[in-house]
Amino acid sequence: MSALIVDIILWGSVAVLGFIAFRRGRVVLVTSVREGTMDFINIVPRVAIGVIGAGYIAAVLPQEVIIGWLGPDSGWLGVLMATIAGAATPGGPVIGFSLGAVALKAGAGPPQVIAYVVAWALFAFQRLIIWEIPFMPARFVWFRAAVSLPFPFLAAAIAMAIGKP
Amino acid sequence: MAELPLKDPAPGDDVADTEPRPGRIRKPIGWSMIVLAVLVAVCVVLVWRRDGVDGVLEILTSDLALFGGILPRVLAGCLLGAFIAEILPHEKVSRALGPSSGLKGLLIGTAFGAILPGGPFTAYPVAAALLTVGADFGAIIAMVVSWTLIGYGRAIVWELPIMGTDFTLWRIVISLPLPVLAGALGRFVYVRIYPKGAPP
Repeated sequence: MSALIVDIILWGSVAVLGFIAFRRGRVVLVTSVREGTMDFINIVPRVAIGVIGAGYIAAVLPQEVIIGWLGPDSGWLGVLMATIAGAATPGGPVIGFSLGAVALKAGAGPPQVIAYVVAWALFAFQRLIIWEIPFMPARFVWFRAAVSLPFPFLAAAIAMAIGKP
Repeated sequence: MAELPLKDPAPGDDVADTEPRPGRIRKPIGWSMIVLAVLVAVCVVLVWRRDGVDGVLEILTSDLALFGGILPRVLAGCLLGAFIAEILPHEKVSRALGPSSGLKGLLIGTAFGAILPGGPFTAYPVAAALLTVGADFGAIIAMVVSWTLIGYGRAIVWELPIMGTDFTLWRIVISLPLPVLAGALGRFVYVRIYPKGAPP
């Protein structure tokens, strides 16, 4: 259901922008559709390797070890481990959030879980490799990842300061 | 590196907008893909040794279904990026999101990342398109970080049901200042690494 809404918003945006391009003239429309299609053809092999390979990488990584890293009362070392674990977690949002939820239920500290979720959102290596690097200039990706490094720790610090939900 | 080369920031004149963009250089396979392919191959062998052929086929079937479902959205994202690159006036983009756009540019990037529909298949093509038409690293960092941290799509579809409402809202509130801070840090570092502007 929510996937359908996402698709409607997505293709609706494409239609609106396509109409604007068409109003600018046929050449603009044809050029952008050709550029977009070439980007698509270029990106498909990479997405294929990434998405089809993701299941195998996820099947091999020991998820219990990742959860263990988020242990309760682990303090700043736990935040550091959570950040590394977030970056190392393969697979899509289901795996990332499920591991966070399991860790929370298993008694991990909320600041550590926040750091884990934020680190996963910022640097999950698989998303970087499958999505960000193929689409963006590589220099941007490394630069963005580097300046994002402090933020899981900052998020954990804010979480410690304002307390549990 | 095999990635799209970063284009020089768009010149501030409107003449550039009326001329068709030169085709981009595209290389589908680069070193990052080779590393990933080797990693996947190793993992396939490990799964095969642990679970046999059935285990390998089971993962392949579910991942192929996922891949098939994602493909149309990837196309939509690529078209979205191409339209944005083609119809947005470069001069306005560099004023709103360029290096001298200040805090306002970071806030615009953050807001744009938060409302952007779709998944990575939309966010990254659009971000790349904005970079080519005059946005700077700082504003686009704010946009990408905002999309991953406070974008509503992933939070509603995945985080709310799995992590629960309390945790999700708490995490989003904590994350609110991060995109602007990341963008500001990005600009701060960028002008010190590249004092003469982006290298070719």
